[in-house]
Amino acid sequence: MAEKFDLNEREVWDGNYAASQALRQAQVDVVAAYPITPSTPIVENYGAYVANGYIDGEFVMVESEHAAMSGCVGASAAGGRVATATSSQGFALMVEVLYQASGMRLPIVLTVVNRALASPLNVRGDHGDMYLGRDSGWIQIDAFNAQEAYDLTLCAFKIGENHDVRLPVMVHQDGFITSHTAQNVYPLSDEKAYGFIGDIVPVDDMLDFSRPVTYGAQTEEDWHFEHKAKQHKALMDSRTVIDDVFAEFEKLTGRKYNRVEGYDMDDAEVVIVALGTTVETARVAAQELREEGVKAGVVGIRVFRPFPFDQVRDMLENAKSIAVLDRSSPGGAMGAFFNEVSAALYTTPNRPLITNYIYGLGGRDFSVAEAKRIFLEQKANADAGHITTDIQQFSGLRGPHLGYFQTKRS
Amino acid sequence: MAITSIKNLKEFSTNNDRFEGAHTLCPGCAHSMIVRELMNCTDDNLVIASNTGCLEVSTAVYPFTSWDTSWIHIGFENAATAVSGAEAMFKARKKKGTLKDNDASVKFVAFGGDGSTYDIGFQWLSGAMERGHDFTYICLDNENYANTGGQRSSATPIGAHTSTAQAGTHSYGKKQKKKDIVAIMAAHDAPYVAQLAPNKWKSMAKGFQKALETEGPCFINTVSPCCTEWKFDPKDTINITDLATDTLMFPIYEIINGHELNILYRPKNVLPVEEYLAAQGRYKHLFKPENKHVIEEIQKNINEYWEMLQRREEARV
Ligand SMILES: Cc1ncc(C[n+]2csc(CCOP(=O)(O)OP(=O)(O)O)c2C)c(N)n1
Ligand code: SF4
Ligand SMILES: [Mg+2]
Repeated sequence: MAEKFDLNEREVWDGNYAASQALRQAQVDVVAAYPITPSTPIVENYGAYVANGYIDGEFVMVESEHAAMSGCVGASAAGGRVATATSSQGFALMVEVLYQASGMRLPIVLTVVNRALASPLNVRGDHGDMYLGRDSGWIQIDAFNAQEAYDLTLCAFKIGENHDVRLPVMVHQDGFITSHTAQNVYPLSDEKAYGFIGDIVPVDDMLDFSRPVTYGAQTEEDWHFEHKAKQHKALMDSRTVIDDVFAEFEKLTGRKYNRVEGYDMDDAEVVIVALGTTVETARVAAQELREEGVKAGVVGIRVFRPFPFDQVRDMLENAKSIAVLDRSSPGGAMGAFFNEVSAALYTTPNRPLITNYIYGLGGRDFSVAEAKRIFLEQKANADAGHITTDIQQFSGLRGPHLGYFQTKRS
Repeated sequence: MAITSIKNLKEFSTNNDRFEGAHTLCPGCAHSMIVRELMNCTDDNLVIASNTGCLEVSTAVYPFTSWDTSWIHIGFENAATAVSGAEAMFKARKKKGTLKDNDASVKFVAFGGDGSTYDIGFQWLSGAMERGHDFTYICLDNENYANTGGQRSSATPIGAHTSTAQAGTHSYGKKQKKKDIVAIMAAHDAPYVAQLAPNKWKSMAKGFQKALETEGPCFINTVSPCCTEWKFDPKDTINITDLATDTLMFPIYEIINGHELNILYRPKNVLPVEEYLAAQGRYKHLFKPENKHVIEEIQKNINEYWEMLQRREEARV
């Protein structure tokens, strides 16, 4: 039996500590991990909990992130609860195994503390790693602050381990801004938290020798497509389970999560759509602009995968001008997030104006003033009835303006 | 538990059939002989991981499987880590009492080809050995990337022709010597390391049993003749293996706790290496006059290595 860990009703935790407390309360059986800034403290803390008897688990400190995820796959197929954490280059090194984990339908929980991808090497937060995982078949949930990092990590186990889902889940938080910023966090008691998640019930348990299982078979053109279709269906169907888990969590805590988080969206005319801590910055800007009579609103994507295409569309279709903010180097295209939101809006009759901002790469600060400026550009678009700026612009960049493409009119 | 009576090959080979004959390895492939030996030498429950390679692609093609035990394949490089994770989970669940059968005796085994063992999965293997998981790693060493059509690996011997180290008018095949994986694994201070061959099936079964019974990370390199890429008749697999062990191209030995070396097979009549080389198409070009020096070098390397093994056996260091 694990030792008792005393918690106050209100704690002051950073995002990393919040995530590691969730791992402790979930009583994760195996963590296989490799350190990388800024996610290192999560697995260090797990190791400390094991070393001091607060978890009855095994901490496997491997020799690379590729091995970390490989160890998680082996452990998860052996029927227990598994988690790990990483960032940036470590995430990139894991990618091969991310696809293998989801293809084998293993409910591993991975905290990704978002950080830029080299080169140039950079330890600060952007969403390059998060985007790199977007086709990997994992559920991706985004926390905007430390409380959410804690809450959503608890939810992640319950979602991924649900037998109708059986998929690995990433919980994202922004490097440093969330991971290293101490904030008030209201934890659940250990009993309440564990009671919420429940015991893991393995499906194809490699340690149940009464029923041998083969994991990781080969499928060629005769069956591969069907497997991948089934996996996609599982991801799409997980939406209802996610909604149910969020509803149950609200009943328990009063804290309500949605796959898409709207802020002042009822009558919003100009909108910022964003991920991560930027959502909170944009909310402050929107609030201030509302006082000046600008009908500003914010849409934050809570569940990046499965992408909430219909909810995004329904929330945005009556807006006039929308800015989609991509915190990842677009690499010769429009921002990937912009493309997804645009695709959702293309299916509406009104098709609001929509533009793309590339911002905050490598941890470049994103301020309330910058968010306000973006809102006001949307207002100018809305008033003019067409896009008055480049469709893609870099925001917060030093040196001359960088932007691409203009609207075709008449 | 080990199967104790290993007297009769016929009886042994049909014992405890957990590896089904219905697979798609080439006829004459030694991989299946080695795997079957492992699975027949114990009654314990087995969790097996395989790296990508001929064994894996030939034994688990959906909707079929040859494995009547727990088996996992993740990628080309990480079978050692897959069993590391499974072994850690076994410990964690045993402590908590959440296993289906908490008293079951379980052994963890990883199989890799030489490509995954010597090359791409080297780091994963080294990491797992260093961490000291209780598992046995078995390398099926056919000295090339057979699954992808016979490219060189760092286990390919000097002078062999492969598709990426070709023999031609300006080349005698691979230029570099084979990596000494057994020495490297022994240097990890592993409690049991060995090199075994399927023609010496009794010493192979005993070696496997020792590895399974030894607590901690054990490593076994097995010579696994590949009729397709070595270019010999599939009916000759064991004859070729006999030549490999009798020319001492593949000496059979074990190293206990990193220093206690025991030679497990001493040919009464050591054959010249030409006999082994001449039996395989991949060495055909070495018999041209201009490549005679390569055969001489191979023989010299064999002699020196055998001398070293004997001295180490004596010295116990
Ligand atoms: C990361 C990665 N790189 C390359 C490959 C292609 N590949 C698959 S099996 C193989 C060679 C296997 O050789 P070996 O390990 O010696 O096994 P064998 O087939 O000879 O038994 C290669 C190159 C792969 N599957 N994954
Ligand atoms: S190519 Fe060689 S190793 Fe592969 S199945 Fe055929 S004989 Fe065996
Ligand atoms: Mg090979």
